[in-house]
Amino acid sequence: MKEKKQIYLDYQATTPCDPRVVEKMMPYLSELYGNAHSRTHDHGWQAEQAVERAREQVAQIINASPKEIIFTSGATESNNLAIKGVAEFYKDKKKHIITCKTEHKCVLESCRWLERNGFDITYLDVETNGLVNLNTLKKAIRPDTLLVSIMAVNNEIGVIQPLAEIGKICRENGVFFHTDAAQAVGKIPIDVEAMQIDLLSISGHKLYGPKGIGALYVRRKPRVRLVSQISGGGQERGMRSGTLPVFLCVGLGEACAIAEKEMATELEKIQELSDRFQAKLEEKLPQIYLNGDAKQRYPGNLNISFAHVEGEGLMMGIKNLSVSSGSACTSASLEPSYVLKSLGVDEELAHTSLRIGIGRFTTKEEVDQAAEDIIAAVSHLREMSPLWEMAQAGIDLKSIQWSGH
Amino acid sequence: MAYSEKVIDHYEKPRNVGSLDSKDQHVGTGLVGAPACGDVMKLQVKITDDGRIEDAKFKTFGCGSAIASSSLITEWIKGKTIQEALEIKNKDVAEYLELPPVKIHCSVLAEDAIKSAIKDYQSKQEGKV
Repeated sequence: MKEKKQIYLDYQATTPCDPRVVEKMMPYLSELYGNAHSRTHDHGWQAEQAVERAREQVAQIINASPKEIIFTSGATESNNLAIKGVAEFYKDKKKHIITCKTEHKCVLESCRWLERNGFDITYLDVETNGLVNLNTLKKAIRPDTLLVSIMAVNNEIGVIQPLAEIGKICRENGVFFHTDAAQAVGKIPIDVEAMQIDLLSISGHKLYGPKGIGALYVRRKPRVRLVSQISGGGQERGMRSGTLPVFLCVGLGEACAIAEKEMATELEKIQELSDRFQAKLEEKLPQIYLNGDAKQRYPGNLNISFAHVEGEGLMMGIKNLSVSSGSACTSASLEPSYVLKSLGVDEELAHTSLRIGIGRFTTKEEVDQAAEDIIAAVSHLREMSPLWEMAQAGIDLKSIQWSGH
Repeated sequence: MAYSEKVIDHYEKPRNVGSLDSKDQHVGTGLVGAPACGDVMKLQVKITDDGRIEDAKFKTFGCGSAIASSSLITEWIKGKTIQEALEIKNKDVAEYLELPPVKIHCSVLAEDAIKSAIKDYQSKQEGKV
């Protein structure tokens, strides 16, 4: 087989660090090595200045104040700190938290940890389009509800939750609103004031910044208190101890600044590529289904089920495309994705899904090549699929007594 | 996860893909697995009157290891007697294809498919008498 150029279409897993970001970070990996917490000399002051500049850049992209930004190691830590930290501070007053079933594992696991430690957690179902039902949310709120944690953009299916509406409901009920915005910041406009968000998690490497850094926005008015989850020197206003990695902070700041400036044009480009890709697939392949709401979504995330073709088998046929499989057969567990399951996607269809991520550096040529390769692989595998053969013969697959294993 | 060269070879050049006439008295069909589990194998064998497998075809919905396992067994059972085919164990398939532990179930499915196809043939033959 002739070697094809590898095409990266997994922007939800991670994004390449923008070369402009790398350039800004370099001095802080060499001559500017000061500790930002050294208050007594020039090396320290220079580092501090760089960190504070970065904090402003991060704050600006979500319309917050720099004083409300806490640097962390990434969105996983931010989500842990937001949920466990707030719970710990207010545990004597309120003991109920609401989240939803399609959240990232780090949110769900933080909630499960709290559940084991005396909290009540409500895991909301989502509609078949992947969105939270606002009435269900309202009904779930109790007098002792402390926090609602609902993500902004879903990492598997790309749907955008109604943040402003959720924020409004939370504020009216005196409940804190946390959102895991790892897949949203830098991709779609986020405004913590307009959306009445109290806590918000950011990840550096999902917005063309470096890995190993993230941030947590913690509202000051009305003030949200939390208990630090790492003991130490009391950096980051006592909320997150540890010496700041200056070069990573600078990288995250620059990534935010670039994203803020280029978001509108970038989003437009990604929408075009996404539409083009989807149209090409739909033209050639019958029985493919987009998972999650067709409109209320980030266009750079397409999760598609290709009926009667198993996802992992499909990925093997498109080895030149770096995409992700919703079948999750590639991971240690053979269970299909819990997110697709929550949407009520048939288990069979869940096994046939791919997540295709389109981002800043994706080109039209890459999208065309990817569509061509996927069409060829799906057509080939359908010819080899007993399910496709049966479906073509008009046999209802649900009527068959499957043996399982 | 890295696939062995043998899995890749069978995935890229699957042997004996296709279907035989399931109504033919000499054809046995085995359909094993379930769509909800992510693997379904259909194996068909055409057996001569003296009990030899003269042809075998498969279609598989599943991962690369499942496709390779079914492709491999069609190659192995062709020309064998019923008895010889039934002696093929999942362990042989797994070892030959160097399947990792998480993919052993693919070879189990392949063994089940052989048994199921032959059983179908045998019940057809018994019905004839």
